[in-house]
Amino acid sequence: MDGLILQILNGLDKGSAYALIALGLTLIFGTLGVVNFAHGALFMIGAFCAVTISKILNISYEVVDPNQTDFLGNPLKVKTPYVESWFGPEMGASIIDWSVPLAILLTIPVMMLIGLIMERGLIKHFYSREHADQILVTFGLAIVLQEIIKYYFGANPIQTPPPEALQGVANIGAAFGMDLPYPIWRIVYFCFSLGIIGAVFAFLQFTTFGMVVRAGMADRETVGLLGINIDRRFTIMFAIAAAVAGLAGVMYAPINPPNYHMGMDFLVLSFVVVVVGGMGSLPGAVLAGFMLGILESFASTTWATTTLPGINQIIIYLVAIIVLLTRPRGLMGRKGVMEE
Amino acid sequence: MSKSNFTRRGVLKTGAVAGAGLALPTIFTAQSGHAFTNDPTGGSVTLGFNVPQSGPYADEGADELRAYQLAVEHLNGEGDSGMLNTFTSKELQGNGILGKKVEYVTGDTQTKSDAARASAKSMIEKDGAIMITGGSSSGVAIAVQGLCQEAGVIFMAGLTHSNDTTGKDRKANGFRHFFNGYMSGAALAPVLKNIYGDDRKAYHLTADYTWGWTQQESIAAATEALGWETVNNVLTPLASTDFSSYIAPVLNSGADVLVLNHYGGNMVNSLTNAVQFGLREKVVNGKDFEIVVPLYSRLMAKGAGANVKGIHGSTNWHWSLQDEGSKAFVKSFGTKYGFPPSQAAHTCYVQTLLYADAVTRAGSFAPCAVAEALEGFEFDGLGNGKTLYRAEDHQCFKDVLVVRGKENPTSEFDLLEVVEVTPAAQVTYAPDHAMFGGAEASLGECNNGA
Repeated sequence: MDGLILQILNGLDKGSAYALIALGLTLIFGTLGVVNFAHGALFMIGAFCAVTISKILNISYEVVDPNQTDFLGNPLKVKTPYVESWFGPEMGASIIDWSVPLAILLTIPVMMLIGLIMERGLIKHFYSREHADQILVTFGLAIVLQEIIKYYFGANPIQTPPPEALQGVANIGAAFGMDLPYPIWRIVYFCFSLGIIGAVFAFLQFTTFGMVVRAGMADRETVGLLGINIDRRFTIMFAIAAAVAGLAGVMYAPINPPNYHMGMDFLVLSFVVVVVGGMGSLPGAVLAGFMLGILESFASTTWATTTLPGINQIIIYLVAIIVLLTRPRGLMGRKGVMEE
Repeated sequence: MSKSNFTRRGVLKTGAVAGAGLALPTIFTAQSGHAFTNDPTGGSVTLGFNVPQSGPYADEGADELRAYQLAVEHLNGEGDSGMLNTFTSKELQGNGILGKKVEYVTGDTQTKSDAARASAKSMIEKDGAIMITGGSSSGVAIAVQGLCQEAGVIFMAGLTHSNDTTGKDRKANGFRHFFNGYMSGAALAPVLKNIYGDDRKAYHLTADYTWGWTQQESIAAATEALGWETVNNVLTPLASTDFSSYIAPVLNSGADVLVLNHYGGNMVNSLTNAVQFGLREKVVNGKDFEIVVPLYSRLMAKGAGANVKGIHGSTNWHWSLQDEGSKAFVKSFGTKYGFPPSQAAHTCYVQTLLYADAVTRAGSFAPCAVAEALEGFEFDGLGNGKTLYRAEDHQCFKDVLVVRGKENPTSEFDLLEVVEVTPAAQVTYAPDHAMFGGAEASLGECNNGA
């Protein structure tokens, strides 16, 4: 029983990342009609915002220690971060320790800016083109972005730990007499994801801006005829979707050390999530994200892999086939979206 | 008229035999001079460095390439000569190979077998590479080794740790200096027994490809022989990024040791996940839970950060070794690049020197002559103590290092500490060992190519 609950938790955790990426993908598709294959790269850049902040906070000055030697036998240059010398060793170390949460402050403006540049500089030129062209250009963009990251940060994963206070495990089943040790940061990530998903829905549901965007998603032409600059609002939604992907990435950095390829690892699965959830359906994307995350988690158990070898690698696609055969528009897909 | 013992027939016979005898070396020289693939006829010879320049092992590939460039400099008499000064064979004089200046071309394996074969093929066919070397994956090494065998060039493997490379997939034209999974098990198991006791239950997570399979088999056999029980072995897809769903079942499996048969990004992520789930703080069966990473690399240890502290594994070589060969190499590499070399860099540098030395001793670039010179060759001064290139399987036998993640590193390079240098005798096995293809495994015939 404990193992079962742990796998559900793992699934929710993984599903959080799928849901956030798929939410952004659906937002972009629903507003601009673009299939954005660079969205995984935005997730990856978000994670590297955490790496960047960590590196900035660790910029150090060197003091030669004649009592120690480096690998060549020369006196060792001991590095001390400027932050520690400015704020004192303890305060400085605390600031560095909290680099991932601090990175959120950088991620939101950076990702929105990247989103704006992407949309205005490249993607808007492909609105009238076929989906195949959009996929090619955004996929190409994703490769360019990941190669840039690899050039500056290398190919190896970079450890980006959470704050010490949020490391370790919490026994979340203690109140029910169960032994359910679960990493604290993963719980934080799940709660954070729910918060972001809730914020996006609230923004679309309860603000005038959101109302206009929803109206534009339903009937772009009519909203335009009312004198509303819907294009500008859709551009802003692209930036918001980029920020959502970036936030998913920055908080994911302590779960698995970021590497330049992590966006691609999530991209394909996130697209399956969008299709299973229903093209253009925001609640569908979230539902499918969590559902497929949990299924993938169960498919990786020893019992599942022993019973059906390889099931862990195909489960998501298997479910996608079944869903699309029984519900061609996906779980919550709307009529008329991606249909002639 | 004097009587003579000479007859016309006798003279002809004697002449024919003497002529054939005198001509014999010429025939061999002629063959070795012309009858092989990419016979270097000009003033230079081209080596092909096939390393991952893109993909997940690009950093390791970059370090391999640095080592190759350093080896080429030293062979051509540039720089401080590095390990040429400590190598027990004194054939290499810094004047290239057989007087020909060493040049090189590079290929990108992308850590994909098909891409690696394509780049090796291109270097052989278009660039005239006489020898191919490099790589950071056993799948790639086995694929390229097969290609080199067919093409008739020597393959000096880079970082490849699967038993199969010099086991069931061994080839007459292929040579491996790097150690293998069996050696890791043979070196590591006694150390683990001494530290953690002989009553342990191990749970293995294993990368689902040739290297993972052979390493798991080797580690399980070595630890079981010392009393450990293998509770479970779960194969994980190579493309896995999050191992939480594989780690969670470990918690309730009754195991008190987790063996991560993972390398590269897999190792970094699985170890990070295992530490996140608090495995290192757990007490199971009345014992502290332990994690073991059988194949360590400093570059990967850096990726895993503080998670490697206190975790045991094995490695082919480490920059902190204090023998004269290692010191010379670290000095050359460190002075040129500003940081110490990785084990991948070391094995690639050594392989280049060993090839050049074998050509010089053979007096020929002909692959079969080079192979003959390498087979059974014993040497020292290249960082691993006395080493034998065994003739039967083209595997190097040398000391193996058991290492542990350092608790208090003094620098970003100071991540591992050597716990034990396991003597070569302890990691040596029979050429027809069951884990290496058994009696059926064969090098086949050496191929000189064209």
